[in-house]
Amino acid sequence: MASTTAFKDRNLIAVIGDEDSITGLLLAGVGHINEHQRKNFLVVDSKTQISGIEAAFQEFTQRKDIAIVLINQHIAEKIRPTVDRYQEAFPTLLEIPSKDHPYDPSKDSVLKRVQKLFGE
Amino acid sequence: MSGAGPRENVFATRMALTNTKLRLKGAETGHSLLAKKRDALTTRFRAILRKVDEAKRKMGRVMQLASFSMAEVTYTTGDISYIVQEQAKLATFRVKAKQENVSGVLLPGFEVDRVPGSDFNLTGLGRGGQQVLRAKEVYAKALETLVELASLQTAFTILDEVIRATNRRVNAIEHVIIPRLDNTIKYIMSELDEMDREEFFRLKKVQGKKKRDAGKAEMQAITDKEESLKQLDEQQEPTVDLLSTKDADVIF
Repeated sequence: MASTTAFKDRNLIAVIGDEDSITGLLLAGVGHINEHQRKNFLVVDSKTQISGIEAAFQEFTQRKDIAIVLINQHIAEKIRPTVDRYQEAFPTLLEIPSKDHPYDPSKDSVLKRVQKLFGE
Repeated sequence: MSGAGPRENVFATRMALTNTKLRLKGAETGHSLLAKKRDALTTRFRAILRKVDEAKRKMGRVMQLASFSMAEVTYTTGDISYIVQEQAKLATFRVKAKQENVSGVLLPGFEVDRVPGSDFNLTGLGRGGQQVLRAKEVYAKALETLVELASLQTAFTILDEVIRATNRRVNAIEHVIIPRLDNTIKYIMSELDEMDREEFFRLKKVQGKKKRDAGKAEMQAITDKEESLKQLDEQQEPTVDLLSTKDADVIF
């Protein structure tokens, strides 16, 4: 499989999230700015355009050095069609809860598939 | 039967029959192997599904805890988001990929790879240093859970894909290849039988013809013999009966 071959050099975690989630994750040390001054995180607030989120999502999923993309669930909701269309194994897409939005398993695109497989 | 269903385009010979039989055997072996692989993968898949479900729920709790510790930081230190975002340069919290082999399928997994050292040594220097430190640890713990979940999810995605491919192959062998080979074998058998019957009939014919020819020849021989006798008789026709005829007197 082509997707499994090039995962050895993927070692970063990218984040799309609200300010608090980003701050916490950056404190833990995931932040990275590469030689082209590209960040691996995007702070989304009420002023961020949906097209901006989409662009960041596309960029993170196409970069070759990112292993995991974390995205706040309420932000994933905003670009749900794009998120649901994303089926690749690498980078792994993970929806995480945020401070103001508790986690809802029924909205998660992966859990939806899990549920579908269990309920067959 | 031989005419029904698709079959391979082969000449009906004994060698083709042997070959096709061998192929059928191979297809059957392959089918059982693939079915076994599918079962193994599905077992694994079910286990992973359960774990994914569990881990997702655990993540909800862990992230809640993390948010809470972040709130503590904000309360004691004030807003540190800007300074944290500005100071992030190189990732110290990375992941390392590892592989695991499940019946020939390479399942990637992620391992946490933390580099010591931090960009944020000065954050919270004024106040709330302890809270910042704690939030850092809590978030690191949460990230570990997330990484674990991510590897489960990757395994889930890849296994899903592989199981589908395997299923397709199993079904293709079961419903297309094996019936086709079966049909081919039946076709060759029926053709060979047909040839056998034809051969038998031909031999019979030949034998019959030979017999007929022999009979004819015999008849011919008999008539020939009679004819020759007749001819012989005809040739001897001018002979005269010596007794019935009177010779002229012989005068000395």
